[in-house]
Amino acid sequence: MTTNDQALSVRLEGCAKTFADGTKALLPLDLTIGAGETLAFLGPSGCGKTTLLRLIAGLDSPDPGGRVCFDEQDVTKDPIERRKVGMVFQSYALFPNMTVAENIAYGLKVRGVPKDQQRTRVDELLTMMRIIPLADRAIDQLSGGQKQRVALARAIAPRPRLLLFDEPLTALDAKLRESLRLEIDTLLRQLGTTAVYVTHDQAEAMALGDRVVVMNHGRIAQIGSPHEIYHAPADRFVADFVGLMNRVSGDRRDGWLHCPGGRIPTGAGTPDGPADALFRPEQVRLADRAQAHVRGTLAASFFLGDRTRVLVDGIGERPVIVDLVGAVDLAIGDPIALEILSVTSTPVGAD
Amino acid sequence: MTPRRSALFWPQMAFTIAVCSFLVLPVVLSMTAGLSVNWQRGPAGGLTFHWIAEVWALYAETVARSLAIALACLAGDLLLGVPLAYVLARHPCRRTRLIEEMIMLPVAVPGLATALALIILYGSLQGFRSSSLFILVGHVLFTLPFMVRSVLAVLSALDIQTLEEGAASLGAGPLRRLATVILPNARPGILAGSLMVVTLSIGEFNMTWMLHTPLTQTLPVGLADAYASMRLEIASAYTVVFLLMIVPLLIVMQLAAPGSSNQSKGKR
Amino acid sequence: MSGSVLGRDHRILVVLLGAPAVTVFSAFWLLPMARLAVFAGTGPSGWNAYLAVLTHPQYLESLISTVLLSVAVTAATLGIGGVTGFFLSRNEFRGRSALVGMLTLPLAFPGVVVGFMVILLAGRQGLIGLLTQALGAGKLVFAYSMGGLFLGYLYFSIPRVLLTVMAAAEKLDPALEEAARSLGASPARVLRDVLLPGLKPALIGAGALCFATAMGAFGTAFTLATRISVLPMTIYTEFTLYADMASAAAMSIVLGAVTWAALALARNATGASVAAAA
Repeated sequence: MTTNDQALSVRLEGCAKTFADGTKALLPLDLTIGAGETLAFLGPSGCGKTTLLRLIAGLDSPDPGGRVCFDEQDVTKDPIERRKVGMVFQSYALFPNMTVAENIAYGLKVRGVPKDQQRTRVDELLTMMRIIPLADRAIDQLSGGQKQRVALARAIAPRPRLLLFDEPLTALDAKLRESLRLEIDTLLRQLGTTAVYVTHDQAEAMALGDRVVVMNHGRIAQIGSPHEIYHAPADRFVADFVGLMNRVSGDRRDGWLHCPGGRIPTGAGTPDGPADALFRPEQVRLADRAQAHVRGTLAASFFLGDRTRVLVDGIGERPVIVDLVGAVDLAIGDPIALEILSVTSTPVGAD
Repeated sequence: MTPRRSALFWPQMAFTIAVCSFLVLPVVLSMTAGLSVNWQRGPAGGLTFHWIAEVWALYAETVARSLAIALACLAGDLLLGVPLAYVLARHPCRRTRLIEEMIMLPVAVPGLATALALIILYGSLQGFRSSSLFILVGHVLFTLPFMVRSVLAVLSALDIQTLEEGAASLGAGPLRRLATVILPNARPGILAGSLMVVTLSIGEFNMTWMLHTPLTQTLPVGLADAYASMRLEIASAYTVVFLLMIVPLLIVMQLAAPGSSNQSKGKR
Repeated sequence: MSGSVLGRDHRILVVLLGAPAVTVFSAFWLLPMARLAVFAGTGPSGWNAYLAVLTHPQYLESLISTVLLSVAVTAATLGIGGVTGFFLSRNEFRGRSALVGMLTLPLAFPGVVVGFMVILLAGRQGLIGLLTQALGAGKLVFAYSMGGLFLGYLYFSIPRVLLTVMAAAEKLDPALEEAARSLGASPARVLRDVLLPGLKPALIGAGALCFATAMGAFGTAFTLATRISVLPMTIYTEFTLYADMASAAAMSIVLGAVTWAALALARNATGASVAAAA
């Protein structure tokens, strides 16, 4: 089993990527990944997260001036064959001309590991990924989830010091995604290897990442723990991309934001003037009509099983989204009174 | 992928250029020969259109006949092939796959065999045998699969069944659907197929050699005649005329279908 | 047949639309071919005419020459077409499309023209002969021998195989190569373990197509042939010169069956992709 002192630290300096047709996929950025850390790259399509992953992997090189270092050693000039990383692809990229066992053994074979050691290691991985019965199967006989496990096993077999995941669960259905996500999480913790995980699914990023890098149009919008990303978004983009964020515009006076629906507490000491109040749907409670500061009318309601999502008109310009636990006995048009628990407010035009 | 010029790039490039030269050189040679006063002395001995004029005097009729047959062949293929392609696209099942396989047979089998078969069965019908129609029949048999495949490919990619169901749900009857939904969408396939058919028909030799008579010669038949009995300059000039007809068609075909491999198992 | 909601009228329409093509085909190909097959048995040796290609020494020699030539051309073309096709599909450079255009030009040349091309290169007044004469090695003329035939067959086979290889190389999943590289494979290893296995179906298909075309080629041999006998030429001479139509019929049916089988193999190897090539 790999131990922590085999894990790698990664440092990127001034790395940018411009493609042949002129598209600037990545603007120059610096990034440090600690040994043993799992770093999640999160962002919409086209934000540059996959490009960044490929730079770290060695499949593409950064624009001149950029440097990639593994454990302080400059690997910028090394192509992927020499970087000894393990990579898991969105489309699995399993070799159709080899069986499952042969796929898993491939990295070992290439490195000249003797056959008996290959076999032992392959058996180890088949056990680890719980795919022992699949050893001699052909690739096209596997289900999506099975293919992903084989892809994982293949990447891990040569004991890489850095694991790279390129949206590995995107092609799978929701239930499978969730169970595999749990397995990957357990695996990463067990192995202690440094890992970079690219995804556009924020739940995945926050569940798996020790830190999350939110990207937008080729730049890093924010790096932080999942908690920081969610509760202290650095800008409008992060706030809107990660989870749902309500935004109510109004006038700040004496620590309250005055809006059509009433007033929302923004905390003492906040400066006066036009501002937006930002709060998450789960940070809201139903309140007693007499004492509530904010009132509106129910516009729509969706029972989602574990919670009810209601849209409330009359508070701000757009309906406010509120997540309430369990079922809610209200009809469209009913008056609603709300208590908003945790609010950040920003002056208008701040971001 | 970062374009790393591997060490093998230049040797491979040299090899590719060598192969290309092998293919292109004779074409260039025939063009110079056809336009030179004397083959032995090459362009240094002077350029002339004399040979081309001779070719025209000798073979203008065969060129015209080839064009007429090619256009008639196209008309036949459109009338026969487009409806068939529609049927095959609409009802993909074992029976239609069999039909598709079947009409491919004149391409899978040497043109010689098809020609022999036609002669054995219809050779005694004097009027038919000695007319251009006899050649036309052979050409249609050979080119039909290409038209059908071309249109079929386009229609299949479109999921024509769902489109038709959508049109039907809005009240369109079969003929209206054909005119307003199917044919317009099949157009790229029809155009590509048409270019292919005309090119193949102009160049068809294996069948035509058996099917022709001295009075119904086509361009390739004339070429064979020129190669056998005329001097090099005339043969080259005639080849130039042929190339001038074929190459523009090929270029249009390549431009019209980027990335798709338009291969023809033309008979050799 | 998988119909749909469109009912009886539609079924009638379907039959009407398909009927003309099927009728023409039956009248002018199926029927004549059947007649040809039967006619083959009406000669002096009866149904043994079908075996004549194996028993008659002259025919057998012709068959063997044709098969050997076709196999040689296929092997050479796969090698040449494989290398150049792969190279062109993998590398971007200025003038690439011009190069591809020039390499696929001979695709539409009839066999006669290809024969003429060979004469221009290797005939009595050919370029190669003039070159060797200038170099003092005497005039090399080989257009009218097996060598010339080989050259001609190569000439029309290379463009086909090239296009097939290029199309197949483009369809290869780049992720497979990247995966192999991520596991440490060198370019040579990647070629061996990922690329060649990936191209195998296309190469088999292209090879079968090449073989079938070479077996059935007539025009080129016709233009070049003086002493050589390939099967299509033998069939032709039997029919026209010796009026032994039954033998010609039998051999052409046999040849047709062979080329059809080769193409069926090609289609199976590559799925539908060779079908578009016919």
